Amino acid sequence: MTGNRKSRLDRRTLLKGTSAAAIGIIGAPLIARGQAKPIKIGMPTILSGRVAQLGASSRNGVMLEVEKVNAAGGLAGRPIEMVIRDSKGAPQEAARVARELVNSDGCEILIDAEASSGAFAVHEVARDLKVLCLHTNSETSSLTADPKLRIPNAFRVARQGIHDSIVGGGYAAKIAEAKKLTKWMTCSPDYAYGRDTTAQFIEYLKHFKKDIEVVGEAWPKLFQPDYTEVVTKILQTKPQAMYSCLWGGDLTSFIDQGNIYALFTQIETFAVNMADYTALTVVKNLPKGIHSGNRYIKTFPKTAANAAWGDAYRAKYKEYPTNWAWQNATVIQFLAAAAKKVNSADGAKLAEALRGLTIESPFGTDGKLTLRAEDQTLVGYAIGWGTTIPAEPYVPETTAGDWKQITELEAEWKKKNNYT
Amino acid sequence: MDLSSLANCLGSPACVVTQVTSGLIIGMLLFLVAAGLTLIFGVLKVINFTHGAFYMLGAYFALTIFQLTGSYVATLLGAALATALVGLAFERFFMSRVYGQNILMQLLVCYGFILIFDDSVKIIWGPEFKSMGMPSTFQVPPLFIAGGVVPPFYLFLVGVTVAIGIALWLVIERTRFGKTVRAAAHNPSMVSALGVNTGILYGLVFALGGLLAGFAGALAAPVRSLTPGMGFSILIESFIVTVIGGMGSIVGAFVGSLLIGLIRTFGSVGFPLFTEGLMYLFMVVVLIAKPTGLFGKEVA
Repeated sequence: MTGNRKSRLDRRTLLKGTSAAAIGIIGAPLIARGQAKPIKIGMPTILSGRVAQLGASSRNGVMLEVEKVNAAGGLAGRPIEMVIRDSKGAPQEAARVARELVNSDGCEILIDAEASSGAFAVHEVARDLKVLCLHTNSETSSLTADPKLRIPNAFRVARQGIHDSIVGGGYAAKIAEAKKLTKWMTCSPDYAYGRDTTAQFIEYLKHFKKDIEVVGEAWPKLFQPDYTEVVTKILQTKPQAMYSCLWGGDLTSFIDQGNIYALFTQIETFAVNMADYTALTVVKNLPKGIHSGNRYIKTFPKTAANAAWGDAYRAKYKEYPTNWAWQNATVIQFLAAAAKKVNSADGAKLAEALRGLTIESPFGTDGKLTLRAEDQTLVGYAIGWGTTIPAEPYVPETTAGDWKQITELEAEWKKKNNYT
Repeated sequence: MDLSSLANCLGSPACVVTQVTSGLIIGMLLFLVAAGLTLIFGVLKVINFTHGAFYMLGAYFALTIFQLTGSYVATLLGAALATALVGLAFERFFMSRVYGQNILMQLLVCYGFILIFDDSVKIIWGPEFKSMGMPSTFQVPPLFIAGGVVPPFYLFLVGVTVAIGIALWLVIERTRFGKTVRAAAHNPSMVSALGVNTGILYGLVFALGGLLAGFAGALAAPVRSLTPGMGFSILIESFIVTVIGGMGSIVGAFVGSLLIGLIRTFGSVGFPLFTEGLMYLFMVVVLIAKPTGLFGKEVA
């Protein structure tokens, strides 16, 4: 029956149809030319391997905001089109992907969502191609602090090691004073980040409290599966307090293995990377009272905007945001604000607008974030320390760092390192 | 180098107890993996590079079974058996096809399966790291023996592993199955001519290797974080163990594992910056002094 009906299609209808289709095909480019061309933003990040979860959360953070920006008309009328590629965490691959994104895919802006090793490689690509580049995950201070590395087209929209060390050192010194903790030990992963961050933390701990003695150091290697020898070494050394910048799966292994030696009931522990949902939600027997810096936590800053953002992210992606997620969400907010200011999506104009730009943000200590003009890096973000409890909200109270003090000590640190 | 701390440690019973027990713990898990590796090599003369992946699968099976049942005994047995089945299937369907071939071909098959197993874990359990948590029985304060700290879970771990080691030795040395396995290692065509189905025998050897690796994974799951690719580092270490102990020797694997465990724990006290290197250095010394490994036999 249906066959019969179809065959009733006569010559006239067919003609009408084909001519309409033809107009459609020829006419389409004319209409498209009237609309703004999408702006392609390239983003190399780590989507496979042990850090894949962080890379995925970077992508999520970006996409959550890109949807909002595109719904509101895009960057100066041009809708954002993200091109996100896996670098597998290898610096040479990150550089290659970044170059390809600009040269072959026609990306006009790069969001470098690499860890520090890859970020320095992408930075050099940005220097070479003169494309606007926004580092969103590297916390290594020298990336923006060292004037020899600085280029006008690269910004850091991420927290920074030196800021964390100043705030952590100040917080730990107060606890040490109250509890009379003078014998300290460190236990951090044996690579650039672990060594630098630990040295800086101890430096500022000693700056705020003079009678600190470091009685031992343990340097497990990155991604080490077994920490037994490290745990027993700490027990032998008998420090009163311990600092660690282990993170992710390494930190949870260390906690699990330290727990059965009752390590954390004997020693006051300061683990800067503990208060991250990826670690908090995975550790089954989270000890009470571990001191940690904030990475991303819904309860700090304690504002409705921050809690709402964390909940919206969780509703969409079925997990809590990470530190990388808020940083990557922030970069899109900055781009949108800059594009609005200069009414353009041109990289050079955006860079000009970004320098010194302040935006409203749920992640700011006082509801605002700034890209500081002098070194093109993020300041004013929520930074603080608190103690853990084994269940939600995990870190109920956080003591915020003082940005005035951070800025002063950071300036001294730069002077000492000849970064001025 | 920190020789004074090492001397201090050796002079204090508390330190010796703690470091020796932690050396045992590291060594015992290694032994379970290395024993399977060396057994498979001894009989089949292939190096099973997917063995680390078996360990990983054991740990992930343990995670799921523990979440479902809450019983750690069921977890250990279930994870070991499930991994044994994977080992059996892997040998029957894939490895058995490349026995006669070039070693590069065998390597390629194994490497391919490492990637396949890693990605399967990613698809089933997700790419992020997991933690199983300590079974409630073992959530007790550590014991103090002569001033040294010994967690009860690790006592259990060492006890179970030693029992398995002895059982394995008895099976290989004292049973008919063990006799056939040893014969097949020595002269497979003769064993086959005498009417033993070597195909099934090879499958069983792989299953036994999988059983041991899966058991090791389940024992490690409460204290190590689970990630796709976690099998890689233990594969390297257990490979070193088999080289030191002698390829194909179970006793060699046992001694080699203990030595590596002790080198790590005392090394971290005396040579904190060279703990890893010490392990390789020791392997080099053994290879120079006795190229077949401590308990290896000359290959005829």
